[in-house]
Amino acid sequence: MAERYRADVLVSCLHDRVPDLMPALEAEVKRRGLEGEIKVVEAGCRGFCSMGPVLLIQPDGIFYIGVQPADVPELVEETLVKGRIVERLTYKEPTTHARIPHYGDIPFHAKQMRIVLRHCGLVNPESVEEYIAVGGYQALGKVLTSMSPEEIIEEVKKSGLRGRGGAGFSTGRKWEAGRKAEGEIKYVLVNGDEGDPNCFMDRALMEADPHSILEGLIIGAYVVGAHQGFIYIPYEHTRAVRSVKNAVEQAREYGLLGEDILGSGFDFDVELRLGAHSFVGGESTALMHAIEGKVSEPRPKHVHTTEKGLWGRPSCLNNVKTLNIVPEIINRGAEWFASIGTETSKGTQVFSLAGKINNVGLAEAPMGITVRELVFDVGGGVPEGREFKAIQIGGPSGGFIPASLLDMPMDYETLAEAGSMMGTGGVVVIDDRTCVVDTARYFLNFLRDESCGKCTSCREGIRRMLEILTRITEGQGEMADLETLETLGRVVQAVSMCGLGKTAPNPVLSGLRYFHDEYVAHIVDHKCPAGVCKALIEYYIIEDKCTGCGLCRRKCPQEAISGEKKEPHVIDPALCIKCGICSDVCKFDAVGVR
Amino acid sequence: MPKLKSLEELQKLRQQLQGDIKARTETSTTITVGMGTCGIAAGARETMHAILAELEARNIDAHVTTVGCIGMCSREPLVDIQQGDEPRVTYGNITPAIVPRLIEEHLIQGNVVDEWVVGRVAGGG
Repeated sequence: MAERYRADVLVSCLHDRVPDLMPALEAEVKRRGLEGEIKVVEAGCRGFCSMGPVLLIQPDGIFYIGVQPADVPELVEETLVKGRIVERLTYKEPTTHARIPHYGDIPFHAKQMRIVLRHCGLVNPESVEEYIAVGGYQALGKVLTSMSPEEIIEEVKKSGLRGRGGAGFSTGRKWEAGRKAEGEIKYVLVNGDEGDPNCFMDRALMEADPHSILEGLIIGAYVVGAHQGFIYIPYEHTRAVRSVKNAVEQAREYGLLGEDILGSGFDFDVELRLGAHSFVGGESTALMHAIEGKVSEPRPKHVHTTEKGLWGRPSCLNNVKTLNIVPEIINRGAEWFASIGTETSKGTQVFSLAGKINNVGLAEAPMGITVRELVFDVGGGVPEGREFKAIQIGGPSGGFIPASLLDMPMDYETLAEAGSMMGTGGVVVIDDRTCVVDTARYFLNFLRDESCGKCTSCREGIRRMLEILTRITEGQGEMADLETLETLGRVVQAVSMCGLGKTAPNPVLSGLRYFHDEYVAHIVDHKCPAGVCKALIEYYIIEDKCTGCGLCRRKCPQEAISGEKKEPHVIDPALCIKCGICSDVCKFDAVGVR
Repeated sequence: MPKLKSLEELQKLRQQLQGDIKARTETSTTITVGMGTCGIAAGARETMHAILAELEARNIDAHVTTVGCIGMCSREPLVDIQQGDEPRVTYGNITPAIVPRLIEEHLIQGNVVDEWVVGRVAGGG
């Protein structure tokens, strides 16, 4: 039975970093006799990862960042007992340095629109009761009692929902194909194998709101006529596994999974399948191979998996975010969802923000948000006052979007036209000190490792492109290399079977398109304009700025720096290994790169 | 726990559980208890517990929050009630014993209890 609390303390973004915080909070609340009056809840990801652990105190909306166990007594005394704000724990705006005590006033939050992440950081993911209290499983109840599978397909089609796993295929059409596929046994599958190295929205969602995924899955099963589902999660994502497993057990206890769900006569149950994490493992056919216990490699898809998928049976695979959105469409209507976003891309997109950006974390915004709004309004801009150069969006095989396209609205189509892709919404911001050639080399190195090797074009093509890029970063490039890269890229795109190969050349081709001069500078002038490629740069000491403090001399691992106290020092280029430590430690910006 | 057999059972369960997350959901009524040292000394915590119990018993949708001293220490415990865009009403000397009547009159009957009022602030403030 419900208990009335006057305040809830929602703890998020712990990421196992501060294991003592929850016990400290609970103990202090108990010591002050506030039990039964204040509830402390561990509430999953709020997206503000760089600021964690964060506390949201409701109903006042007071928001604290970077809270440590030592802060707990003061916080409980001041805020929970006396209703006063502890200034030093509040959020500090990176540009204006103003303190913002209330969560709703923080630009990172205020500029977002949260549909996928609607419950993240607000409900306890381990409690099906809290999910039901916020309206969970109502959509399931509605479809089971009053909607036919065809009506649901129509509704989802009308909403314009596209699969959030990266490819952006119409969910309504996929479900329709699944419904029409012939076979006594059909499966519905959940893709929780998030592969992009800088993305963590799927994992965060599984950790923070597992029941919403489950609810979408049961609706999907009802639509296609499946009685068995599988949720595939990489074994390494231990918290996500724990969270989803617990959710499945709770749903079974309440009769939301199993036989005769909510008295409707519909039977459905689900099993977890854990596998080793890999980039290509998230590809639909590779994932089905993994569930079957085979090597997770893709197969050609002239026969769609909706007809012949897992164990040769009709299988409908959806990303966790896609399934999480479905109940919200049922509850609020297709028109509501279709009113958000752009002409072709409806709803919102969850972006993971990484690289040279102040607010590192997860942010959700309507499709069609411009690069500028995402990076500067939501993301808080580029740190240390550096200059914005580009974003690289869509995961490791996404392309660059340069500063000249800052006002471009981002949706599936505009990004593809610009030589990149929406993918799963991974965004890496690069500034004037990041080299485009070196960044492309980094991503191709990742993709070479992750290519399953089945298609020659992908296996060999990526390898050759990587060799050329490496040569260019070492100052050994030739102008003819640029043409070779271009040709190779087109071939890899055209010939490879799965999405990995089809998109892998993006970082190179988009770099050549928008930053051609930077490639030429490496090849013709033997210079790296961003000062990154070691073979092409030289560290030197700026005489006017050097105070002769000797810090760089003491820190240099090569003893390449010499000079008298209080006199400008010098670096011996013959000994220098270009590690950059001198530049990092110098307090006077006296170490330059040329 | 019993399995849910119908949508109605699910909806009933939801209603029962909503109190659990009351502090996180929107409401138009906020009751604020002065919890400075003066308020605590005058028994504000007991008053607040009485308010929470009364809201629970009558199943009233309201937030209860605390604030520091507002400077009228002689009239503690001070309790503010704010409903929607109505003027905020501050009551003084609210002991646990008179909490049920305050809730009954102000929140259920909709009448301000003039004899206990120490101040009003207009317009959603």
